[in-house]
Amino acid sequence: MIAFASNPVNYSNLFAITLPETILEVVSLLALIVDLAWLRRSSQAVRMAWACALGVLGCAASAAWLAAHPSVPALDGNILVATPLVAAAQIGILVLSALVLVLSFKAEFSRNPGEFSAIVLLATTGMLLVAAARDLQVIFVALELLSLSLYVLTAFAKRSAQSAEAALKYYLFGGMSAAIMLFGFSYLYGLTGTTSLEGIAASLAAQPLSPLLIVAFVLVSAGLGFKVAAVPFHLWAPDTYQGAPAPVTALIASGSKVASFAVLVALTSAIIPPDAPLHAASWAVLLLWMAAGSIILGNLAALVQTSVRRLLAYSAIAHAGYMLLGIAANTPQSGAAVLYYALTYALTTVGVFGIIGIVERSAGTDRMDAFAGLSRRNPLLAATMFLFLLSLAGIPPLVGFWAKFNLFAAVLRAGSLGMSGLILVAAAVAASAVSLYYYLQVMKRMYVFKPVRLEPMPVSFVELATLALIALAVLALGIFPAALSNWIPLG
Amino acid sequence: MTPLLTILTAVPAVAAVIALFAGNRAAVARGIAFLSALISLALSLEVWFGVRDGQMKFIERWNWIPSLKIEYHLGADGLGALMLLLSAVVSLMAIAASRKVSRQPGLYFALILLLESGLFGTFSALNFFHWFLFWELSLIPAFFLIKLWGGERAGPAATQFFVYTMVGSVALLLAFMALFVATGSMDFETLSHMAATGELATAIQGHLGSVSMWLALAVLLGFAVKVPMMPFHTWLPATYSKAPTPVTMLLTGAMSKMGVYGLLRLALPIFGHQLAQIRTPLLILATLTVVAGAWAAVVQRDLKRVFAYSSINHLGYCLLAIFAAALPAGPQTAANLSQTIALDGAVLQMFNHGLTAAAIFWFLTLLEERSGGRLQIDGFGGLRKPAPVFCGLMGIALFSSLGLPGLNGFVGEFLIFRGAFPLSWLSATISVLGLLITAAVILTVIQRVFTGPLPDRWRAFPDLTTGERLALAPALALMFVLGLMPQLLLGTVNATMMHLLGGWRF
Amino acid sequence: MLAYTIYLSFAGALLLAVLPKRWHAAARVIALLVALCGLAVALAGFISAGTQGPVAVADLPWIPAMGIHYTLEADGISRVLVLLTGLAAVAGILFSWNIGDKADDRANEFFAFFLALIGGVYGVFLSVDLFLLFVFYEIAIVPKYFLIAIWGSTRREYGAMKLALYSFAGSAMVLIGLLTAYAVAGGQTGNYSMNLHTLAQYHFSTSFQMWAFPLVFTGFAILAGMWPFHTWAPTGHVAAPTAASMLLAGVVMKLGAYGCLRVAMTVFPHGLDPWGFSFLGIDSWRTVFGLFAVIGIVYGATVALVQNDFKFVIGYSSVSHMGLVLLGLLTLTQIGIDGAVLQMFSHGILAGLLFATVGRIVYERTHTRDLALLNKLQLSKAMPFAAWLFVIAGMASMGLPGFSGFVAEVQVLIGAWEAFPWFAAIAGLGIVIGVAYTWRAMQRVFFSDHPAVTADGSPVPIPEYEPVTWAEKAGVILLAGTSLLIGVYPRLLLDVIAPAVQALPHALLTGGHQ
Repeated sequence: MIAFASNPVNYSNLFAITLPETILEVVSLLALIVDLAWLRRSSQAVRMAWACALGVLGCAASAAWLAAHPSVPALDGNILVATPLVAAAQIGILVLSALVLVLSFKAEFSRNPGEFSAIVLLATTGMLLVAAARDLQVIFVALELLSLSLYVLTAFAKRSAQSAEAALKYYLFGGMSAAIMLFGFSYLYGLTGTTSLEGIAASLAAQPLSPLLIVAFVLVSAGLGFKVAAVPFHLWAPDTYQGAPAPVTALIASGSKVASFAVLVALTSAIIPPDAPLHAASWAVLLLWMAAGSIILGNLAALVQTSVRRLLAYSAIAHAGYMLLGIAANTPQSGAAVLYYALTYALTTVGVFGIIGIVERSAGTDRMDAFAGLSRRNPLLAATMFLFLLSLAGIPPLVGFWAKFNLFAAVLRAGSLGMSGLILVAAAVAASAVSLYYYLQVMKRMYVFKPVRLEPMPVSFVELATLALIALAVLALGIFPAALSNWIPLG
Repeated sequence: MTPLLTILTAVPAVAAVIALFAGNRAAVARGIAFLSALISLALSLEVWFGVRDGQMKFIERWNWIPSLKIEYHLGADGLGALMLLLSAVVSLMAIAASRKVSRQPGLYFALILLLESGLFGTFSALNFFHWFLFWELSLIPAFFLIKLWGGERAGPAATQFFVYTMVGSVALLLAFMALFVATGSMDFETLSHMAATGELATAIQGHLGSVSMWLALAVLLGFAVKVPMMPFHTWLPATYSKAPTPVTMLLTGAMSKMGVYGLLRLALPIFGHQLAQIRTPLLILATLTVVAGAWAAVVQRDLKRVFAYSSINHLGYCLLAIFAAALPAGPQTAANLSQTIALDGAVLQMFNHGLTAAAIFWFLTLLEERSGGRLQIDGFGGLRKPAPVFCGLMGIALFSSLGLPGLNGFVGEFLIFRGAFPLSWLSATISVLGLLITAAVILTVIQRVFTGPLPDRWRAFPDLTTGERLALAPALALMFVLGLMPQLLLGTVNATMMHLLGGWRF
Repeated sequence: MLAYTIYLSFAGALLLAVLPKRWHAAARVIALLVALCGLAVALAGFISAGTQGPVAVADLPWIPAMGIHYTLEADGISRVLVLLTGLAAVAGILFSWNIGDKADDRANEFFAFFLALIGGVYGVFLSVDLFLLFVFYEIAIVPKYFLIAIWGSTRREYGAMKLALYSFAGSAMVLIGLLTAYAVAGGQTGNYSMNLHTLAQYHFSTSFQMWAFPLVFTGFAILAGMWPFHTWAPTGHVAAPTAASMLLAGVVMKLGAYGCLRVAMTVFPHGLDPWGFSFLGIDSWRTVFGLFAVIGIVYGATVALVQNDFKFVIGYSSVSHMGLVLLGLLTLTQIGIDGAVLQMFSHGILAGLLFATVGRIVYERTHTRDLALLNKLQLSKAMPFAAWLFVIAGMASMGLPGFSGFVAEVQVLIGAWEAFPWFAAIAGLGIVIGVAYTWRAMQRVFFSDHPAVTADGSPVPIPEYEPVTWAEKAGVILLAGTSLLIGVYPRLLLDVIAPAVQALPHALLTGGHQ
């Protein structure tokens, strides 16, 4: 039974635990107000600069608070928690959103920068809530906040028909998945009598596996599978990645993924309590099939792409597959490994889409040929793209390699997946090898092909500096991975 | 104790490098080569005079590659020292004969010196590793000398020479590696001793199974190609005729002896028992070599080819002696004496034929220079009128080759037959045919070239210059000396062969 | 101290990457200096260590939570191979000297990738932590791709991609094996570690080793060019620019063989045991891979014999020589493995020399590699230096005594004779074919019997070619001199290799593995 007003809510606790989100919401309103009130006559660039700057400040403030107070007592009934692990995820999300905002300040797709920044912050709020939620209802609400914001953002490039189409597809698909997921949640409630994950865990432990439960699992997996773009719920990804404005795609590919995986980890450890092997088997099997499908389809489809965005969309599907493997293993190490992977993957993806944004502004297209000869035109830009792509392919000494190694090692160490786990890890490693081919296609164009025009692409200093910083982080974390993983506690 | 043998081997190699720098200056290059050859001759004489009683002298031993138990082991007994001396003499003769080098004289003489170094190394080595190293190393200069300075279509001949010899070498290598696997040693003396005591057979049987005969055949193949023994001789006529004639001097004078030396130093001591078992087929092949070699010489039109086949014939006698001596073990003391005599003859024949053949080809070089490159047997005639000294001196060499008593060629052949007859009368008897046919060949050559009608174009055939006479004189004098006083060589050789035979078991 | 080989190389690579394009002439000088320093360090390390056992080079905790440490150690085998890398690096840069001639050549990028590759190779040879070894192994893959794709020749994009993907696939196989071993060993003992010695001491179950060994061995053997996974090698080497070919065939293929020995055979020695049943005479993974090695020897040699592109002859000859290395490793005898390591060194030098001749000296000047076309030029007269260089390198490569290859081949064959007599015989056949193709190439290219003639039958005048540069001479002297030195006095290397081989796990060297 849900705790009702018989237990009055501890408002100070609620305030403390939701302060990061509150900060963001306040700043988003501020951004709107500032833009409306004072910047009506200013140029597009100035307005965008202000909006993004405010957004970054908001994220920074929120992150600072989280860093100072990683642990706050959970809300009664444990519907929201604030543990160091959650705080780590949330800080990561905030950093990613901030980076997206910084990389979008030169973007020209929108005449409503204030709204843009505000909705990005709202989406970020949704992500933070998703990461912290431990109650089905809150999870749903938070996911919806996130998703709706993202649908709107996807359509933000009003002059682009592609953007509108992508947003529509995203919305229809997402809406349907959300509905299915809610249906699945309702089954779970029906079977356990509670919406709190803790309660569900306790209740499922006592129950035998029933067909209804399996149906519930399948339905829930639909929603979450959609969010992370796993097979067979991935169909929205290529079009959305291609149609949405670059910063938005960055956001979809980074922060939203981190949040979704965080909630998946939480959900999985609830659904698969330590001593309920039968449940473990069915949920894990579901995840494993999704993982296998994602790894295979994602990598194979990426091989034939000529658009860099679609290539990255399919590769995102593949990476989601790897992470699902980690989730299926269900140990504290594997959970931390998944979070590490998600954070570093997200960071790299933000960088990649930042560069794609720059290239698209100059070349007008995201086809691979737009990158031809980039190493001659903008050496630093090409070098950062080089590092990002290699990291995605899993080449040492970049962080992508360590993330993969860590994840696979954790899966094997867990041993809970047995032979199928071994086979899937082998498949994942093999698929990584295949993925080098398509990443090399882009790198080949940058370094081997001759450029069509020789003058450098216009890049602002801020963008270049940010990208360089991200690239440096990717390299540094690759050489000293402990710097980040020490920071992600296992608890 | 100075490492005389190492110095002997090193001197031509060092001189070769120096000669390379002479580049296109023929006189300088030739001078360097000549000087080096003289020094080598002096050193080899010192070695020869240091070996008296047939024991191994001038021994140098150094642990080279312990993991493979390979030692740098050098030594010279009568057999080795004689071959060293022969190599030095023939090399000197070849260098003296190389007056007109068509191109890159620096490289030419460097290669000749390298070849000489290879010869010295082979004849003084007592461990398979560096014996094989020098054996192979002598192939390379020979190949290039033939290919680059040879006549028309010398390329294919050079390749054929190289390929045949390489195949034989590979067979040798495989056999000796098998021996190493079985015994852990590559040392000739050790292996010979093991063969005599029967340890070798046990070791091979234990490690490899019943492959002794196969190993023996492999080793035999390696040498059969080099000597050459029929039917592995087909590379020789083309190579000898296409090679520049001074190089042919080296090929027939010294390099062919490497094969016979190998039989004496490696095959008989280590695989004596196996050779004794197949003695009869081997004797047949040896006899075939003698007779067929001589017979083939009869039908040749080119003088170089005549003497190429004649070389095959002369070395066939060595083979005859060696295989006749490989008598299955028994208490026949008379046989022991005959074995010694036969082997003495084989060794002497090696030296004498080397000297004689080198001299003959030297004369052919001179003939070639005067005739503008043509050496057809029918292309000459009546030369004794315009060039009596030439004919006289060449006649000496030719008669020595024929085996006229009083010249060095007789001694070896006599001893071979003296020794082989009691050991295998049938082979010896048939081989006498070879003597007769050779006589016919030589006399025919003399008749066609020196006597008979003198064509107009040879009326002004230049005789030997003083320089040439002086150059040739020592060689020819030596032929007389060794013909009349064979004991100069025989004493040491006999002591050596007796010593060696004492250690062998068939 | 030996770790500086790694650091210097990467530092040099970084420096060159940011060097302005205008300084293309300086780029090659910087690269040469870095490589020379690396060689000096390698040589100093080699000499100072003498014949002693493993020398600890570095040991720092890296990711202690996972049991991963930055541990570098150099035993005899590593020291020899590090020395080889140093020599190959210097020679490679000398033979690429012309790349700094024009700004268009992108010299700084070329040498940056080159040094990065070298750094990775040094790292592999020195690593004792398998994670670290794998990291360096992978680092070496990407520069290879770019070196070939940007500066290569025939079908360079295809060759580069094939090489990169095969290498990556091989390393994927290795990673799976390593991950599983790590999980199994750590799980059982509670002490998770990626240290080679720790993992080597752990007794993995025989059934585990029976599949882990072939997986990891094959993964490394792909990079070593083992038949039938060798097809990337000729294509890649031919496509690559000269310095890259020298490095790829000379050193990078040795990474694979080294991995086979250091990782697969050391950590999973019982994977070589007989299976208990026999199929067509094959009774263990040892026999399977031995068979592949021998087939590689003969196949590589035979295919080299029928090639019409000069560089392909050398490319296939590398496959053949590496087959000999693998065969030596699989004999599981002291002498066989000694020979294999020596052959790694010897072939590394000789491959460098051969590719240098073909690529730098001949192709740069004649612009053709077609044997039929080269046959018409009178190259022994037009470029005598190249001709004699190829003679010497060819002799050495075919195993002529007096050069390093002979001792190595003899040792491998002796070891093979003890372990697989039939394979030894077939390998001997391969060596004979080796003589044949080397001879054929030499004849056709340099000492042709059919030079081109003009319409009236007189020979075409000898073309004038650019004279041999000092850089080429220096490179040749370095490599040829080394080969000769080792050929005459192999103890310089053997005395260092033998104790290291003896120190390999006892399970390996049971002298013919029962």
